Amino acid sequence: MNEWLYVGLFFIVGLLIPVGAIGVAAILGPKKPNSIKQSTYECGIETVGDSWVQFKAQYYIFALVFLVFDVETVFLFPWAVKLAGLGVFAVMEGIVFILILIAGLVYTWRKGMLEWA
Amino acid sequence: MNFWNDPLKIAADWLMGIFTSWGMPEIGAQALIAFLGIFLLIAILMVLDIFLVWIERKVVARFQDRIGPNRLGPYGLMQPFADIVKLLIKEDTTPAGADKVVYNIAPMLSMMSVLILWAIVPLAPVILGVDLNVGILFLIAAGSIGTLSIIMAGWSSNNKFAMVGAFRQVAVMISFEVPMLAMLLIPTVLSGSMGMNAIIQKQDIWFVALAPLGALIFLIAAIAELGRAPFDMAEGESELVSGYNIEYSGMKFGMFYAGELLHAFTFGGFWSILFFGGYRFFGLEKVSPFLAIAVILFKAMIGYWIIMWVKYTMLRIRIDHMLAFNWKFLTPLSFVLLMMTALLNALLRGGSTWLYISGMFLSNVLLAWSALEIARTYSRREREKAEGPKQALGVVAEVHH
Repeated sequence: MNEWLYVGLFFIVGLLIPVGAIGVAAILGPKKPNSIKQSTYECGIETVGDSWVQFKAQYYIFALVFLVFDVETVFLFPWAVKLAGLGVFAVMEGIVFILILIAGLVYTWRKGMLEWA
Repeated sequence: MNFWNDPLKIAADWLMGIFTSWGMPEIGAQALIAFLGIFLLIAILMVLDIFLVWIERKVVARFQDRIGPNRLGPYGLMQPFADIVKLLIKEDTTPAGADKVVYNIAPMLSMMSVLILWAIVPLAPVILGVDLNVGILFLIAAGSIGTLSIIMAGWSSNNKFAMVGAFRQVAVMISFEVPMLAMLLIPTVLSGSMGMNAIIQKQDIWFVALAPLGALIFLIAAIAELGRAPFDMAEGESELVSGYNIEYSGMKFGMFYAGELLHAFTFGGFWSILFFGGYRFFGLEKVSPFLAIAVILFKAMIGYWIIMWVKYTMLRIRIDHMLAFNWKFLTPLSFVLLMMTALLNALLRGGSTWLYISGMFLSNVLLAWSALEIARTYSRREREKAEGPKQALGVVAEVHH
């Protein structure tokens, strides 16, 4: 049997178990909604301002840097798998690749893009 | 080949015989047997999850110099069952204005992302879900569903604390995935394969002896991925009032909580597979698969113990310190370690084993020491820039006398 079919079955059963648990809870639990219970929680006081606060732009920068390094490691996986049979030259090639991307990280750092504020 | 050597195959053949004698086509019988196997594994995991709750509560109590639950059942063993009954009969409140579909799906996805990781965990040489040859990529990909579920929970709750908590949590999780990926490349380099079973088979010498710094960085990055202290910025009870799961109650909260504990145990398992030899223990796994299962569960429990130990000992780190630590210290260090490991592996592999082990181990120690020295110098320079150099104080004091 195809192994990815097994993984697909695992996804389905893995989804069914929490759905079942939450479904049982939905059946067994009382249902008495009132406006106080359903009001938004803010440490016991009335909410101040909008719930959907502005998305801080710095998160986007971190996501971009993450994306660059994520794609880099995706390219590094085939290199790592085949490294044993390829000799020192292939290792040096991989090291040059990683160094180019480290240079990108240093550039981001020096430009102040990794600061939180 | 008897039951003690190869239980899964014996059971599968027996069931296949029964199903085909009922007239089921072979593909259907295979799918049904796979379905039953998956169901059994997940049921066992959920029971394990219950006992992880008990272990967690007892351990945190001992760390805090108290006893923990001891009323229900001997040593409080029935406590998690009582917790489950409580969570099941709680009311399912949905906050007003919440996005209902996303709000309900988030806890299900969170638990699902942990359960599917067990498809690739090899419990014994012959007992495993599926031996994917891209196991490590599957680990990362399935883990990212958990990240997605957190942002779904925070966004749909119609609560600014939940949203800010979710944003910060996801920022931490994706940031720490970079050193984790680099550290996942180290067992790949050392064993020449991405499949979990192959990595274990190649660990005649445990990889922690060849890359101890790699095991340490993987542990740190995994703890951050799990969203556990000291990286649980989003759940900080004092800062963000429970972060992305503020508005959740009942079984949905239970799914988040139990999912987090099971995730921690799963990562203890992966840490032991990737660096500590998995189910191998000086040939014990060849005696019987059940001993191999016992070995890997024991190692996973030790990994889980270390993760709990870190959680209940260390203070929570501030979000900007967390991200600075990752991008300015861990990421460069992990990539330098990767380059060094690949180079030394290629150079020293063919030579004598003792030179290989000691060379790689000492290079790790050297790299860790020099990284700490660089960090210390950098922080001393930052501190002196802020306060002024120490000699100036001595001169000023003299002048005043």
